[in-house]
Amino acid sequence: MGYTNQRQAYGNTLVELGKTDPRIVVLDADLGGSTMGKLFEAAYPKRHFEMGIAEADMSSVAAGLAQTGLIPFTNSFAVFAGGRAFDQIRQTIAIGKLNVKICGSSSGLSDFGDGATHQCIEDMAIFRAVPNMTVLCPADANETVEAVKAMVDYDGPCYIRLNRNDYENSTPEGKPFKIGEPEVMKEGTDIALFATGYMVHLALEAAAQLEGEISVKVINVATIKPLNQQAVIDAAAGCKAVVTAEEHNIRGGMGSAIAEALAKNPKPMEFIGMKDEFGCSAHNYKELLEHFGLTTETLVEAVRKMYREF
Amino acid sequence: MTYSDELIQDLEAKARKIRRDVIVSIGVGVAGHVGGSNSSADIVTALYFYKMKHDPKNPKMEDRDRFLLSKGHVGILQYSALAEAGYFPVEALQHTKELGSFLQGHPDVQKTPGIEAGTGSLGQGLSIGLGMALGQKLQEIDAKTYVLVGDGEIAEGQIWEAAMAASAFHADNLVAIVDRNGLQANGRTKDRFDSGDITAKFLSFGWHVIEINGHDMREICKALDDADTVKGVPTVIIANTVKGKGVSFAENVVGFHNGVLSQEQYDQALRELS
Repeated sequence: MGYTNQRQAYGNTLVELGKTDPRIVVLDADLGGSTMGKLFEAAYPKRHFEMGIAEADMSSVAAGLAQTGLIPFTNSFAVFAGGRAFDQIRQTIAIGKLNVKICGSSSGLSDFGDGATHQCIEDMAIFRAVPNMTVLCPADANETVEAVKAMVDYDGPCYIRLNRNDYENSTPEGKPFKIGEPEVMKEGTDIALFATGYMVHLALEAAAQLEGEISVKVINVATIKPLNQQAVIDAAAGCKAVVTAEEHNIRGGMGSAIAEALAKNPKPMEFIGMKDEFGCSAHNYKELLEHFGLTTETLVEAVRKMYREF
Repeated sequence: MTYSDELIQDLEAKARKIRRDVIVSIGVGVAGHVGGSNSSADIVTALYFYKMKHDPKNPKMEDRDRFLLSKGHVGILQYSALAEAGYFPVEALQHTKELGSFLQGHPDVQKTPGIEAGTGSLGQGLSIGLGMALGQKLQEIDAKTYVLVGDGEIAEGQIWEAAMAASAFHADNLVAIVDRNGLQANGRTKDRFDSGDITAKFLSFGWHVIEINGHDMREICKALDDADTVKGVPTVIIANTVKGKGVSFAENVVGFHNGVLSQEQYDQALRELS
């Protein structure tokens, strides 16, 4: 415990759960050193499958493994997990409601150096559109531990989106993860700020900076689908406006899911995220987030703007 | 291993019945995959009625052998075999593809008993079958997984990803069968997209290769039994077949890949298969 990296949390939790649950098997496509599938491989070599650089085959093999009663976790970078194996996941895993868990590692801009080819800003939109698919995006390492446990307990296809980099936890250790439930992290009455993944950390910082000026409610949306619609409506109720923050295209991601939930009880909204553009290389994560306006300061300004205008 | 005349004749009669069921499922005036069903019918019959350990009353029996129809567009063939085996009533076949039917245009694991996984987006069944074979091995389940792929289908790159992986994992409980009928949707496979020497390809991928006449029941049974003796590598049976086999006007005719039967053709097909 005490991880500050989602990949570490993920890999170690699988090892931990694998101790008592022999159904858990892990598949990697030559990225186990990064996805932390290597930890499971070291602990249970017979239950780890190195599938080579072949994500499509890996996903279909996982479907077959699941049909023998196992619980396969497939690991890759998010951009390949959904990008290279979309059809395999849709056709066999999702239509069949098979018990396959898909981990999209190094998602969003978190693979800062590799550039647009490796920065996945579409995965939540892709998987949210697939019937039967559950989509998780935990805020931090602590929440990742619990989300992985919830994935094992849940019988059905599930995608989890993870960040590559180290950052401090915003959520407590050991708090059970409830699939589908957005969680109010900080109460507030003026603006509802919905955030997912690393943006939760920035949202809490923004709310703290605005303390005394604007009362900001921060909601962690760690499940993108299914999403408790009434909980979203309740969270936004009483606030003047809504701001969403995600490390993902603003088209089709968490912000869109919130907008759908609020459609019958509308609020003025501002979407913070990638503005329908691809990422690029940078020497560090912070620099790249700043370049695309995914910062505490941007959130502070967006909240102020919505507070002034509405 | 010897195969009695009685056994072979019974299997041949069953294959004729299954081909008739296919025609009945397609019906008149609606497109259906006559060609690829009939080319695979003898193989599928041998699997369900000779080779595989399975129980129609307990489709999820843990140590069952499994069959995956990677060329999922001939779902009607698998449905006919499943119905004849007793997984559901033969009468249900007439309602294939009807709104609300449990028999979909392509195999659906959620809807149809006896279906092991959804297939139909071509090229994926061999990987799914490999997953099942690996799952069987890991859990020390003494069973095999059989996957039927089309010769047009093997243009899909994932087939070769699976071929490589099955070899790397020494999946000797996985058996692929290639229905080499020589035709695909838009013409002769050799003309449209020549997949070349399939035997040499599988050999180079580390598979044990058996080539047979896919309409000779004795050869089919023997190939399936011979695959049991192969250790350490997966087996592929390359079955040379005739698309549309058993229905004279459909044999080797590209148009019957997914053809429409007139009333006259429907009646003739059933007569020829009686």
